[in-house]
Amino acid sequence: MAKQYETVIGLEVHVELATKTKIFCGCSTAFGGAPNTHTCPVCTGMPGSLPVLNKQVVEYAMAVGLATNCQIHQYCKFDRKNYFYPDNPQNYQISQLYLPICHDGGVEIETAAGKKVIGIHEIHMEEDAGKLVHDEWEDCSLVDYNRSGVPLIEIVSEPDMRNAEEVIAYLDKLRLIVQYLGASDCKLQEGSMRADVNLSVREVGSEKFGTRTEMKNLNSFKAIARAIDGERARQIELLEEGKPVIQETRRWDDNKEYSYPMRSKEDAHDYRYFPDPDLVPVVISDEWLQAVKDRQPELRTEKLARYKKEFDIPDYDAGILTESKRMADIFEETTALCGKPKKVSNWLMGETLRLLKEENMEPDELGFSPAYLAKLIELVEDGTINQTVAKEVFERIFYDNADPEKYVEEHGLKTVNDEGELKRVVEEVIAANPQSVADYKGGKDKALGFLVGQTMKAMKGKANPGAVNKLLKELLS
Amino acid sequence: MANIISDETIEYVGILAKLELSDEEKEQAKHDIGRMLDYVDKLNELDTSGVEPLSHVFPVNNVFREDVVTNEDEREKILANAPAEKDGAFKVPKTVE
Amino acid sequence: MVSDFDAAGTAYEKGNEDMQLTDLTALELGRKIKEKEVSVREAVQASLDRIAQADGALGGFVTVDEQGALARADEVQKGIESGQYNGALAGVPVAVKDNICTEGLKTTCSSKILYNFVPTYSAEAVLNLQRAGAVILGKTNMDEFAMGSTTETSAFGPTRNPWNLEHVPGGSSGGSCAAVAACEAPYALGSDTGGSIRQPASFCGVTGLKPTYGTVSRYGLVAYGSSLDQIGPIAKDVSDCAAILEVIASYDKKDSTSIDRRELDFTSALADDVKGLRVGIPSDYLGEGLDDEVRAAVMKVADVLREKGAVVEEFDLSLVEYAIPAYYVIASAEASSNLARFDGVKYGYRAKDYEGLHNMYKKSRSEGFGEEVKRRIMLGSFVLSSGYYDAYYLKALRTKALIKQSFDRAFEKYDVILAPASPTTAPKLGESLSDPLKMYLGDIYTISVNLAGLPGISVPVCTDRAGLPIGVQLIGDCFKEKKIIRAAYAYEQARGRFSSPELAACEKKLVSAAKEVG
Repeated sequence: MAKQYETVIGLEVHVELATKTKIFCGCSTAFGGAPNTHTCPVCTGMPGSLPVLNKQVVEYAMAVGLATNCQIHQYCKFDRKNYFYPDNPQNYQISQLYLPICHDGGVEIETAAGKKVIGIHEIHMEEDAGKLVHDEWEDCSLVDYNRSGVPLIEIVSEPDMRNAEEVIAYLDKLRLIVQYLGASDCKLQEGSMRADVNLSVREVGSEKFGTRTEMKNLNSFKAIARAIDGERARQIELLEEGKPVIQETRRWDDNKEYSYPMRSKEDAHDYRYFPDPDLVPVVISDEWLQAVKDRQPELRTEKLARYKKEFDIPDYDAGILTESKRMADIFEETTALCGKPKKVSNWLMGETLRLLKEENMEPDELGFSPAYLAKLIELVEDGTINQTVAKEVFERIFYDNADPEKYVEEHGLKTVNDEGELKRVVEEVIAANPQSVADYKGGKDKALGFLVGQTMKAMKGKANPGAVNKLLKELLS
Repeated sequence: MANIISDETIEYVGILAKLELSDEEKEQAKHDIGRMLDYVDKLNELDTSGVEPLSHVFPVNNVFREDVVTNEDEREKILANAPAEKDGAFKVPKTVE
Repeated sequence: MVSDFDAAGTAYEKGNEDMQLTDLTALELGRKIKEKEVSVREAVQASLDRIAQADGALGGFVTVDEQGALARADEVQKGIESGQYNGALAGVPVAVKDNICTEGLKTTCSSKILYNFVPTYSAEAVLNLQRAGAVILGKTNMDEFAMGSTTETSAFGPTRNPWNLEHVPGGSSGGSCAAVAACEAPYALGSDTGGSIRQPASFCGVTGLKPTYGTVSRYGLVAYGSSLDQIGPIAKDVSDCAAILEVIASYDKKDSTSIDRRELDFTSALADDVKGLRVGIPSDYLGEGLDDEVRAAVMKVADVLREKGAVVEEFDLSLVEYAIPAYYVIASAEASSNLARFDGVKYGYRAKDYEGLHNMYKKSRSEGFGEEVKRRIMLGSFVLSSGYYDAYYLKALRTKALIKQSFDRAFEKYDVILAPASPTTAPKLGESLSDPLKMYLGDIYTISVNLAGLPGISVPVCTDRAGLPIGVQLIGDCFKEKKIIRAAYAYEQARGRFSSPELAACEKKLVSAAKEVG
């Protein structure tokens, strides 16, 4: 009988923090600048330059640590990790090895198999590297240090995951926590959240861990799932053939669905960590820790419970609304403005989700202003526009963040409440459709719907269908 | 000399330090490092149990910057000393095989 | 090369034909400038002339910025007249060690790997000097990356001792000390990681001060051993050193290890009063290996201070022999990491021929660094490598803690520690480099001061039989620069001016040497 194998997975998740400036200098962290335009002597490793720690980085790291139930090292230090690579201008990365800021935490995940806690070994602060672009024309590489020194936290899990589903549930949980804290936008595709997968296999029932490999270059949940399956298969195959798994770092190629070793003989992987003499320790007082605790925003689990209770929103809807911080923010801000949580929820659960799906967008990318959605809801409520027009206007809000009042005004979309005008149109419709009139009078109620439709059409949608209905009934009775 | 530095060690340290030594230099380095380490071994005479390693002489801590952008585009200055540059970036031998 | 020395000199005082502008101390020159007896341009020109005349033989400078200095002289002159610069050193020219970054002026650390590096920023200490109206003459020679005690490891050739050109000036701030001793510059900046200001000051017969760690910003000082490095003044006397330190010391938010000190009025300590001052001489510094003449110089200073009312006694400092091994582990480890950035990617030297990235790194670094630097990088990489960190690096940091404690105990009993600056006077060129370990042992009296972060000042006392200067060192507790300044000043008042007669002889030698070279 074939042996049964268990996969053991631990994750190293790098999250780019949402600070305005880099971790050790006053350069902007903004995306999209021309190469090396967000650099200075510090983040390009110029001789004589010195790092000074960005306080916000420490606060974000503490916030994430607290939200993931970690212990905080109230005395923590920075160490240098020494290795040569051109994206690393000093040829050492400032990181934390000996005393990372957070340790021994965990988060609860939920999969089809039920609930489970994934342990967090530690969270440490470090600096990001620059970007290397391969220049095909000259067969060389070009170094851009704009990202060099962007603050990262690395969240190191315990080897507590057993399959891709758990890994994705864990990543999703982390993403939501970090987003809710405002500590990062956590976009896997853009690299503001990156996950390295440590994976080993062992025979079911075995107490001992197998030899693990570390996989890098995983840019989407799908790639992570494929990489896990691929690496599991590769390792099992090795074991079945009686060959050893080598502990190494491998690069996942999602197109070829295979991982390749990254090691070369020039990399000794001996990082010679030692405390950075240019930086002083971070000492977190009880008061500071408490202040950060007091400032912690409501996280998803709490929000979910509150929505159900405070707004009487069904579980499913509350789940969707809180799945993205952006969506929840829009919901709350809009509700605060118009006071109609149900209506707001309907717009978000209905039209908003439909358009997101249509455009293949994430809720985080929603760009419209809650004030406009609130206004739209009011316009419908006070009868200024009808539901059909409202849907049209909402699309403009969704795509262009258009002011609904202005848009309705400019495009003449207001419902016509002039009784004389409406009566004139209804009479015309009655005159033009004798057959339908006859059908209605003959007891076919459906015919009335047709006449309402015709009237709405003639009014270019700017009528209140209820009023049209009522008027038709009156005139035909 | 109590500390004998092997060829492998010198080779390994050369990789770490990104230094390429000639055979003659390697022999010299083996000798020098060995002798230095013999001398450093003198520290083992000292009982340092219970002594905390002292990185910083003064107990200074919590030196921070506020999260405010202070630097402007200084690309020209940053690239001014580059041995090779292209399109506003530092040019290096290709890094991917 | 100027061959006629008298033509180059500027006699400024009637009745004292021999006194040159360049013979003045920095403060004396500053006063003359303030009183409009001398223009800044004249002062700067006098130094430039002296450099042109002497430096060919001396090798004190790596770069002389004649044009920049003269242009700056005129600017500073205007600034003095407008009241922008009103400090005691306004208009006084200065030489800066070549590991301290100067915007627009080549900064090489006397290394091939930075042979063409022109910083786009200045060190905070340099900015402080400029705010005080200083005029930078150029950059002084040093041991490559400050690693050495003789200024012979410079990639651009050695600096010679102005007292005897066959001897080294000490190091690593040998260029700065030689330049001040030879009157090429009224004062200079140096850096001190294990004695690099105090030892060459002693060898060259000038005064050099290493401040408490964190007093002068390290921003812009090319790092060697970050936890030990400090910039400090080198000048003709104690008063100058105090005045210069007052200018360059500052709390700098760009340097996380900078200390926010309240009292930086070092010149207020310039008083001839050591009554009741408790002075300790470590008896374990006076044993084997110490030259008799140096020991005698220490005792001479002790006698002077005693006569002036100080209480001087010998005591056992302990742990002296452990400072050097601890230092070499810590400094080499930090250096191996600090010097990793020199890789041919962003600045400096890149090898001409290479195959691929790693070969480019290796070739650029192997060709760019000199022997001593490579030796320390190798040692540093080794002691930090997997399996050795605890045994070497942490052990050294623990030893450092013990050394600090032994100084703490000493300063409970004494205000100032009096010690030799070096076991011997300046050796001949070529004598030291043959045996690195022996060279390292020469730092025995200076190194522990860096490990403990203490301030120390080296003051010339006399010359030895061979006519070479002997200096002694006064060490203070952390932040107690004023105490060592006061003790050194009091001694200096008894000693009198150190420079003139001996240097007069040296000038002749320099001129003849310059002629030979020319």
